[in-house]
Amino acid sequence: MDSKTQQSRIPSFSESLSQTAVQAPDSATAPENRDPVVASPIREFLAGRGSSAFADRWFRGLMVACALSIFAIVGLIATELVLRSELSLKKFGVGFFFHSGWDPVAGNYGAWPFIYGTLVSSLVALVIAVPLAVGLAIFLTEMCPRWLRSPLAFLTELLAAIPSVVYGLWAVFVLVPLLREHVNPVLAKALGWTTLFSGPNYGIGMLAAGVILAIMILPIISSLTREVMSAVPHMQREAVLALGATRWEMIRMGVLRNARIGIVGSIILGLGRALGETMAVTMVIGNRPEIAKSLFAPGYSMASVIANEFSEASDDLYLSALIEIGLALFLVTIVVNALARVLVWAVTRGAPARAV
Amino acid sequence: MAEQVAISPYAGSNGNRMRRAVANHMATALAIISTLLVVAPLVAIFVYLIYKGASSLNFAFFTQIPKPVGEVGGGMANAIYGSAILLGIGSLVGVPVGIASGIFLAEFGRGGRFANLVRFTADVLNGVPSIVMGISVYSLIVLPQKHFSALSGGVALGIMMIPTITRTTEEMLLMVPNSVREAALGLGVPNWRSVLSITLKTASPGVITGCMLAFARVAGETAPLLFTAFGNNFWSSNLTQPIAALPLQIYVYAISPYDDWHRLAWAGSLVLIVLIVVAVALVRFVTSRGILKGAN
Repeated sequence: MDSKTQQSRIPSFSESLSQTAVQAPDSATAPENRDPVVASPIREFLAGRGSSAFADRWFRGLMVACALSIFAIVGLIATELVLRSELSLKKFGVGFFFHSGWDPVAGNYGAWPFIYGTLVSSLVALVIAVPLAVGLAIFLTEMCPRWLRSPLAFLTELLAAIPSVVYGLWAVFVLVPLLREHVNPVLAKALGWTTLFSGPNYGIGMLAAGVILAIMILPIISSLTREVMSAVPHMQREAVLALGATRWEMIRMGVLRNARIGIVGSIILGLGRALGETMAVTMVIGNRPEIAKSLFAPGYSMASVIANEFSEASDDLYLSALIEIGLALFLVTIVVNALARVLVWAVTRGAPARAV
Repeated sequence: MAEQVAISPYAGSNGNRMRRAVANHMATALAIISTLLVVAPLVAIFVYLIYKGASSLNFAFFTQIPKPVGEVGGGMANAIYGSAILLGIGSLVGVPVGIASGIFLAEFGRGGRFANLVRFTADVLNGVPSIVMGISVYSLIVLPQKHFSALSGGVALGIMMIPTITRTTEEMLLMVPNSVREAALGLGVPNWRSVLSITLKTASPGVITGCMLAFARVAGETAPLLFTAFGNNFWSSNLTQPIAALPLQIYVYAISPYDDWHRLAWAGSLVLIVLIVVAVALVRFVTSRGILKGAN
């Protein structure tokens, strides 16, 4: 627990990306015992007096206005997206999302290939990232020698600090050739019968996008998983150990079982980030609006179609179709993030928040 | 631990014990392997960045603007300058609003329904994909203005900074002990003054951390700039005109077919990463030396 208290509440970089869910509950659920404002008669007495009352009101008003501006921003984003996509919303209706033609010249738009690409690449990313992230979290919280813990945590934090476009650059020049020359042929030979790993091998494609996404969401999943695992009370671990369990049994029964909902939450949060990721995916996914069974085949994702085609969208319908994709992305990430947060809260809420 | 199992209800035959010991070792090995697999790409990325980037970095990179296609050489001086301007605008937008909202959450709105709503909205804003932020700011600022501008890019970055700064400011203010506040009030200091020069000042290392993290995060953002700042191959400091940005330039060069541009993209990435890592390390350094521990 002491490593946790040492960090106190200084957020890590990956936390800042995923806006850690763990901060919220203790301030949300236990406001009474931290609140001096209402409890202090001195304050009420002073606030009611003299010249400071006027300035205080203004100051408070200013702070409230800034807080309100957050609402305003989110509201403006939502209304802008809805208004600007009205044309295609009206013309295509719900069918827009299930229709798979994308032909700007003929004025025919359907978002299904992009939705498919986003879903498949994110799924591949999760399949790769989740076991690694959980393994890393287990190693860091339960097995790692103390001297190694902090540098390792810092290293994984660095992974979150690398900008998307740098990941993309690295993926284009290092990862894609590696996949094309060495990994894909092996996969095709071993698992070609599943048809997931067959067909022409360009290197770029769904698999490359999934792998780079996995590397990008790893730090988020592992740092939140770590957070959730250290929220499991030590007594749980000690109780299981006292029954004679091995370390792995202790982790499995004492830690993972108690933290599982929170781990699922952190995975969903990683998914939320994978869905909206733009630059790195755009650079390696192949950018072809096709639906292919093979992961070697190029695809397209919702975010990358916006990135690639937005500035060349010539007519209003084209533009509004792209903005509708943006709107869908916006709504989906809100739902996914909210879901994740609720799940993580479920675990960390009851935990002693600080210094145990 | 395996030696102690004899007295436990789990203990059984020798074979059972063996199986459990093997499972234990397997789990340990898997955890170590996955840790190595996580660290491997990180090391690979940094090695490549340094190897490819450092060999392409030269004086011209920091002093020249991009050369036209076909000519070797040139640099990204204007992009570095443009990024500085964009981040400056972003900080001007994001830092005051973020800190003020944090103050509201910690000092005025504690526990209230409205504060919870603000907190949730900040989380929503944080989850908005950067490309969606880009098209929103495009339709909010670029369309009415009728052309791409540095201003719109800066605003997009600023908006992305707000949630991180708000939430860290709130957390840090909550760590300030109440006795500090009450001491100030007891001396007759007005509330606004006590918040600004006592509470906020006490929490300032943490608040600065939040600002730096937000800064480091948006410094590498490309997607929100695609349709706002747009990029520019020449020097520009006009806020109403398109402006170059380092991440944008890296993107354009990375997907180009020219080797010389790839070289510059690596150099640009190295510069960008060094900038960000220095910011993050600085934050760690500042915060590791004495942040005020809360009484609670």
